[in-house]
Amino acid sequence: MSHHIVEASDLHFTYPDGTEGIRGISFRITHGESVAIVGANGAGKSTLLQHLNGYLMPTRGEVRIGDYPLTRKNIKTVRRTVGMVFQDPDDQLFMPTVFDDVAFGPLNLGLPPDEVETCVMQALETVGVAHLRNRPPYKLSGGEKKAVAIASVLSMSPNILVMDEPTSDLDPKSRRRLIKLLNTFEHTKVLATHDLDMAVDVCERTIVIYAGRVTADGPTLELLQDEALLEKSGLEKPLQMQNCPVCGERNKKRNANSNIIRAPRRGLQSG
Amino acid sequence: MDIDMAAIDRHFFDIGYMDTLSSQQTPVHQLDPRAKLLTTLVFIVIVVSFGKYEISALIPFFIYPVVLCAIGNVPPAYLLKKLVLVSPFAILLGIFNPLLDRDIMIRLAGIEVSGGWVSFASILIRFVLTVGVALTLIAVTGFNAVCMALEKLGAPKVFVVQLLFLHRYMFVLVDEAARIFRARALRSFGGEGTGIKSYGSLAGQLLLRTLDRAQRIYLAMSCRGFEGQIRIMRPLRFGPREIGFIFGWSAIFFLMRFYNLPVLIGRAMTELMR
Repeated sequence: MSHHIVEASDLHFTYPDGTEGIRGISFRITHGESVAIVGANGAGKSTLLQHLNGYLMPTRGEVRIGDYPLTRKNIKTVRRTVGMVFQDPDDQLFMPTVFDDVAFGPLNLGLPPDEVETCVMQALETVGVAHLRNRPPYKLSGGEKKAVAIASVLSMSPNILVMDEPTSDLDPKSRRRLIKLLNTFEHTKVLATHDLDMAVDVCERTIVIYAGRVTADGPTLELLQDEALLEKSGLEKPLQMQNCPVCGERNKKRNANSNIIRAPRRGLQSG
Repeated sequence: MDIDMAAIDRHFFDIGYMDTLSSQQTPVHQLDPRAKLLTTLVFIVIVVSFGKYEISALIPFFIYPVVLCAIGNVPPAYLLKKLVLVSPFAILLGIFNPLLDRDIMIRLAGIEVSGGWVSFASILIRFVLTVGVALTLIAVTGFNAVCMALEKLGAPKVFVVQLLFLHRYMFVLVDEAARIFRARALRSFGGEGTGIKSYGSLAGQLLLRTLDRAQRIYLAMSCRGFEGQIRIMRPLRFGPREIGFIFGWSAIFFLMRFYNLPVLIGRAMTELMR
C-alpha cells in the first residue's frame, strides 16, 4: 500500500525572519515503519514535522505522502492520511467534552452520526479511556489528556501517525503505558523525541538530525550506540544502553584510587 | 502576592464547580436545553418589562429560580456568592437614582421613601432575578449545552463558537496567567518588582503566549479537517415535557405580569378579616 509512504527530498525551510529551520533533509519512510526523529533542542524536529501535513510549505525541495507530492491542492487528503499528535494536548483538545473532541475529525470528514459514535468509542477504547467520554478536557490528568489527544487522531483512521514528543510531561507509568500502546499500532509511525529510551523501545529505525541536517539514518540500536555521533548531535546514549551510571561512577573512583589498571567495561566511557 | 494568587485560583475552580453542578441527573437537568433557554428568555423579557417603580409585583417571580434550584439540586449559597460578585454593576447603575429623584412616593410608618430609592430597589430586584436566573440556567444545563441551544435556535454560529472557545480556554489562560504571576512573585523580594511597571510586560507576555497558542490550536483544528464550521453531535429531543415546561411557566409569568399577586392576596386577606 503505497499511500503509507512518507518521503522528503532535499527539504529546505527558512522562517520569514531568516532563520534557517531545515537545510536539506531527505529520507524515505515506507509502509508500517516506525521511525524516531531525534535531535537536540532547536535541531529542527518540530519544523520538520510541520512539513509532513502541510502546515509549513518547504522553501525548496518536496514532501511526498504516498504517491503524490504535497501541494496546497491535495492538503485535505494529506491531512486525512497523516494524523498529527501535538506536544501539548491542550492545543489539541479544544472541544467542550472528550467525546466532542474525538468526534471533531470524523464529523468534519462527513461521516454519518451513528458511524461517528462507533468510531469515536473505538478510538477511545483503543487508548483505554472510554470512561472519560463526557468529561471536559481541562479536568483530565496529563496522561489522560495525552491518551485522548491520540484518540482524537485515531478516530480519523490515519495511515500515518506523526507525534511530537509523545512522552514529554508523562509520569513513568503513563509513559510505559504509552510505549506499549504505540507498539500495538500498525500504522507508519514518525515520532520526534528526546526520549531516546522510548526510541529504542518503539522504533526500529532512527533519523538523527542536527542543525537542520540529517547526521545519521539507520537502525536505532546501532545509531544510539555510536557515542561519537551522539556527542556530535547534542545527544547522549539511552540510559538502558549505559551501565548503571551510579555504580559506574563509583567504580571509576575506586579504580583511580587503587591504581589498578583494568580493562574498561563495555559501554562505559573510560575515564 | 501569594494571597492574590490563591484568590485567583479559587475563583477559577469555582467556575469549574458550575460544570460539576450541571452534570447532575435531575428532572430539570434532563430537559432539552432549548426549553430551558426559551423559558428563561421569556422570564427575563417579562421581568424587564415592568415599570420603573415596580417592586411588589416582581416578588412572585422568585418562584421560578427557587423551584429550578430546588429540583435541580443547586446550592443557593453558591449562586448568591456569584451574584454578590457581579452586583457592583447593578449598584452602579442605580446608585444615583435616590439623588436625582427626590419626590416622596411612599410613607411607611412615618418614614418617607423617595421615588429614587424605590426605583433603585426595583433595579436591584430585577438584577437579582435576571442574573440569578441566568446563573441557574447554566447550573442546571451546562455552559456548552446552553451554547448548543443558542445555535439550534438560530444564533449566529460565529458567536456560539466564540462562546465555546471562551469557556474552554478560560481555564488554560488562567493557568498561564497564574504561572506568570507565580514566577514574578517568587523572584520579587519585599515588594521589589511587583509594581505597576512590571504589569505591562506581564500582560504583553500573556498576549504573546495566547497568540502562539491560538496559532497551534488553529493548526490542530485544520489537521482534523476544520473549514470554518464546528460540528457537534448532540441528539436533542423536544418532547411533550419540554412543551409543557415552556408553556406552563410562560403562562405563570404572564399571569404574574398582568395581576399583581401580592396586592390581590393582601386585598383578599383584608376582605376576609372584615
